[in-house]
Amino acid sequence: MFWRRTDLPVDSDSLGRFLPGIVAFMVYLATLALAGVMILMEATTTWQAGLSSTMTVQIAPEADTGGGLPAAEDSRVQSALALLRRLPDVARADVVNDEAMTTLLEPWLGEFTAVEELPLPRLIDVELRNGAEIDALGLAELLTAEVPEATVDDHRVWLDRLARLARAVGGLAVIVLVVIGAITVTIVIFTTRTTLAIHRNAIEVLHLIGAHDAYVADQFARRALVLALKGGLVGLALAVSSLVGLAYLAARIESELVPDIAFGPLQWAAILVLPLVVAAIATLTARGTVMRALAKML
Amino acid sequence: MTFDANDSIVRFENVGLRYGLGPEVLQDITFELPPASFHFLLGPSGAGKSSLLRLMYLALKPSRGLISLFGRDIATTPRDDLPALRRRIGVVFQEFRLLNHLTTFDNVALPLRVAGIRESEIEKHVRELLAWVGLKDHVNARLPTLSGGQQQRVAIARAVITRPQLILADEPTGNVDDRMAMRLMHLFEELNKLGTTLLIATHNETIVRRLGHPRLHLEDGRFVDVDSDVSSSEEKTETTATRKAPKRSRSARFPAGSAHRQGTP
Ligand SMILES: Nc1ncnc2c1ncn2[C@@H]1O[C@H](COP(=O)(O)OP(=O)(O)OP(=O)(O)O)[C@@H](O)[C@H]1O
Ligand SMILES: [Mg+2]
Repeated sequence: MFWRRTDLPVDSDSLGRFLPGIVAFMVYLATLALAGVMILMEATTTWQAGLSSTMTVQIAPEADTGGGLPAAEDSRVQSALALLRRLPDVARADVVNDEAMTTLLEPWLGEFTAVEELPLPRLIDVELRNGAEIDALGLAELLTAEVPEATVDDHRVWLDRLARLARAVGGLAVIVLVVIGAITVTIVIFTTRTTLAIHRNAIEVLHLIGAHDAYVADQFARRALVLALKGGLVGLALAVSSLVGLAYLAARIESELVPDIAFGPLQWAAILVLPLVVAAIATLTARGTVMRALAKML
Repeated sequence: MTFDANDSIVRFENVGLRYGLGPEVLQDITFELPPASFHFLLGPSGAGKSSLLRLMYLALKPSRGLISLFGRDIATTPRDDLPALRRRIGVVFQEFRLLNHLTTFDNVALPLRVAGIRESEIEKHVRELLAWVGLKDHVNARLPTLSGGQQQRVAIARAVITRPQLILADEPTGNVDDRMAMRLMHLFEELNKLGTTLLIATHNETIVRRLGHPRLHLEDGRFVDVDSDVSSSEEKTETTATRKAPKRSRSARFPAGSAHRQGTP
């Protein structure tokens, strides 16, 4: 049975001294990283869902001509339209006509009829296909390559940049999680080896009286599991209090861009599973290390 | 397991041993221990007694030659089968090798636990044996609180608790007075009568003389002929024969030994 008494000295070896602290620290970092990933994922979807499925493309007027060369402008508008209509994510792209422009400008310009006379930008109303995950930044680049005077509605591009940054940070956090796992494995290997050296006599005796490698390795694994769980719980408690603190601060900053730190049950489950995952890594690593060391004995 | 009662418990053929790149500390060792035999292993300090025993309890691989235990060639036995062989061997280490963080009881119980025996059975056996070796009052003592002689008895108890088929003891009576030494030797003799094979390395001439079992004599890593005054010329020949002509049955090998045992108190 796995939960048996141990034959090894348990008081003050390096496993007992270092493992809980290391695991606590790793679980703390991992929990924050994981929480960060989840908050960012949540935030980007909120931001993007908040955007309408329409966008506006502006074609700037010729600066000095005062609308003197409408033909050139028209051709730019036409090529921008053609490009937009070729895109699979675009459901509809139409030029905002002069009447609509007049209506739009009325509040500022009053009853002004000669809209054509003004050096106004031409607007293209673009409607995106339902559920299309359009890359506004990419689209803007595509457009300006063809029509240098075209600009895409700023708000969306800016949010898109933010979302990209968020994704990058999220990716970074995932890398941090992987690195934490790797560091945990490395440290557990070294502490286990040190502990093996300390318990060398006991291990040799067990070996010589006919213990299978697994009998010895399981004793180490059991200890590693208990120690790692202890450390993991401490790390988790610290991380959760940090998150609660952050959530409190975030709630005080009233901005739509500061995401809510409120986790759903699934996210809480992921956070609670984290110490178990780290403990499992520590346990299996310790066991593997001992098995490999014992395999060198006759 | 294919094990025929007439097979030797231990068989060495031209075994040599060197530690690392050092010189051979054992050379051309050829002998065998028949079932239920009792031998003393003699020789001056540094002759290689402990090294020979280490090869037998599978702590070391020989540098050359063949070793078989219980009829199995060690070199061709898969590593996974070795723990089972080790459990059939009880070892009293020269330096005891007890676990200081455990109590007397737990030290003696260790081989049983390793073998997966139930705790309820372990309890009774261990207490009985500890009473026998005079440690009834120290069952729950921590090892470092015991005297050298007491620790030695714990080591012996641990070696015999599983009723192994082969007992290898390295100076098992070095730290106890002669009375206790004889008592422990009688324990070994009782086990021998029950069929256990024994090989005991010792410097204690008195005991060797008194018990009169055949000897293997090591000198500088090689076996030499016994020339002690105790052994009759007949026994001397027999012991030599054991080493040189391995394939003889137990009764044929030690007739003089058993006669001798009755004659010498
Ligand atoms: N672990 C080791 N590494 C290197 N050399 C060793 C080792 N153990 C023993 N030796 C050498 O092997 C030789 C035999 O040593 P061994 O311990 O077998 O002698 P011994 O007959 O048991 O002596 P003693 O009666 O003092 O216990 C000695 O020369 C010793 O120096
Ligand atoms: Mg020795």
